[in-house]
Amino acid sequence: MLKIINLLGKVSLSTIENIGKLTLFIFKSFFWLFKTPFYSKQFLFQLLDVAFYSLPVVGLTTFFSGMVLALQTFSGFDNFNDESTISKIVLTSILRELGPVLAGLMVCGRVGAKMAAEIATMRVSNQIDALQTLSTRPIQFLISTRLLASIIAVPFLVLIGNIIGVFGGFVVATFKLDLNPILYMMSTIDNFNLIDLIQGLVKALVFGIIIAIISCYFGYNASGGAEGVGRATTISVVTASTLILTSTYFITALFI
Amino acid sequence: MEEKKIINVKNLSVSFSNNIVINDIDFHLSRKESLVIIGKSGSGKSVLLRCLMGLLKPDHGSIEIDGINIVNANRIDKENALKNIGVTFQNGALFDSLTVWENITFKETKFFGFNKQKAKEKALLIIKNLELDENILELYPSELSGGMQKRVAIARAICDNPKVLFFDEPTSGLDPITGKIINNLIEKTVIKLGVSAITITHDISSIENLASRIILLDNHKIAWSGKPNDMKISKNKIVKQFLVNT
Ligand SMILES: Nc1ncnc2c1ncn2[C@@H]1O[C@H](COP(=O)(O)OP(=O)(O)O)[C@@H](O)[C@H]1O
Ligand SMILES: [Mg+2]
Repeated sequence: MLKIINLLGKVSLSTIENIGKLTLFIFKSFFWLFKTPFYSKQFLFQLLDVAFYSLPVVGLTTFFSGMVLALQTFSGFDNFNDESTISKIVLTSILRELGPVLAGLMVCGRVGAKMAAEIATMRVSNQIDALQTLSTRPIQFLISTRLLASIIAVPFLVLIGNIIGVFGGFVVATFKLDLNPILYMMSTIDNFNLIDLIQGLVKALVFGIIIAIISCYFGYNASGGAEGVGRATTISVVTASTLILTSTYFITALFI
Repeated sequence: MEEKKIINVKNLSVSFSNNIVINDIDFHLSRKESLVIIGKSGSGKSVLLRCLMGLLKPDHGSIEIDGINIVNANRIDKENALKNIGVTFQNGALFDSLTVWENITFKETKFFGFNKQKAKEKALLIIKNLELDENILELYPSELSGGMQKRVAIARAICDNPKVLFFDEPTSGLDPITGKIINNLIEKTVIKLGVSAITITHDISSIENLASRIILLDNHKIAWSGKPNDMKISKNKIVKQFLVNT
């Protein structure tokens, strides 16, 4: 019994400690963004990596989601197989939910894992200490730049993903379901709702912050050689994707 | 007298949770002095050096660098005091995503708009003095041998003309011959640049080349300190034990 209480105490203490550390880490990452020097080289390098190189996977996944949405709607709602219903369901689901969540999860797997592994490797091989001895604040140089890149890149990817996803729906609706392309397109434009787009972009922004902060946090606090790097990578991907899928609920609730 | 001391450490204690690593030690580094800190593996040498680099906050005590106590100084003073220190880490700690010349001139190349030609020439000048070949400039750290990595790490540490150099186990992981070469290079570099240096090592052969004074760490304390010649004839039990074991 005592052992259990002891264990519970330890776990809750370390949880509280971690939350405190994470809060400080978030604060520092944003704080140093607004201080000189701004490491534009490092930032652009990261931006290219997150935004440009994630385009293929984000494009591919959203394209197929748009297609499957159109197909499912068609077979699922026998009585509403008209252009207006299908285009509306495809458009709103993509804009509000599927675009941001898919892009978020893809970027989390591709970029988040990379950020965590890179920074953890730098930690366990003393490269982060070396940065400090070379008059370079590690958080400003490594974390703030990645955070900003992610904040800009994820909404950008979601925007592109939205367009591709809606197009995917259009392709299935017209080529496979024999709906009228002009009517489908007209009703897509008719059904467009700015607030849906904004909801998705707010999510994208939050996901961008989650991915960069969580990956960098676990990478930055890694210890224990190659195994520690692996551990940091796994836990950051699991934590960030869990947070993405839970936070999307709460953001949705805000918009309803 | 006081301003001759470039680093002055007083009552320094460091522990990790309940594990005391350094217990209330005092020492100093004078200008143009080459201090060697020796001690068994795990005796807290790296921890001590990390405190001096401002990477680790001690439990107690003060560390004055150029008259500024970095333990409780504000951020700007601390950063300014630490600017003049060049560090070579135990494992080299080179940036593995950058080439050799980018590593050496990191303080410039981390920004846009540096002069590539100039930076490379600067790096070349430094590595020539460290008996490295020009054609490694474009290589990545993983493509270098251990001895080369150590030398590139030294090059990076001295690139910006620091006043103080720290070397953490510069010969660890090297064969005795390469170790000797590295020791000689450090000796030459320290004299040539006219800097103060702290070298930590458990390798007794480093001492003969480098030390103008020695500190022996044992059991969380300074067990002995003095000139290299006095060490060999010392009657101190811990010194004798250390000399026999290494
Ligand atoms: N980050 C740390 N957390 C906990 N214990 C540490 C840490 N760093 C060093 N230690 C402990 O401090 C002691 C001294 O380590 P170190 O200074 O690396 O020894 P060495 O003299 O070989 O360089 C060791 O017992 C080590 O376990
Ligand atoms: Mg050590």
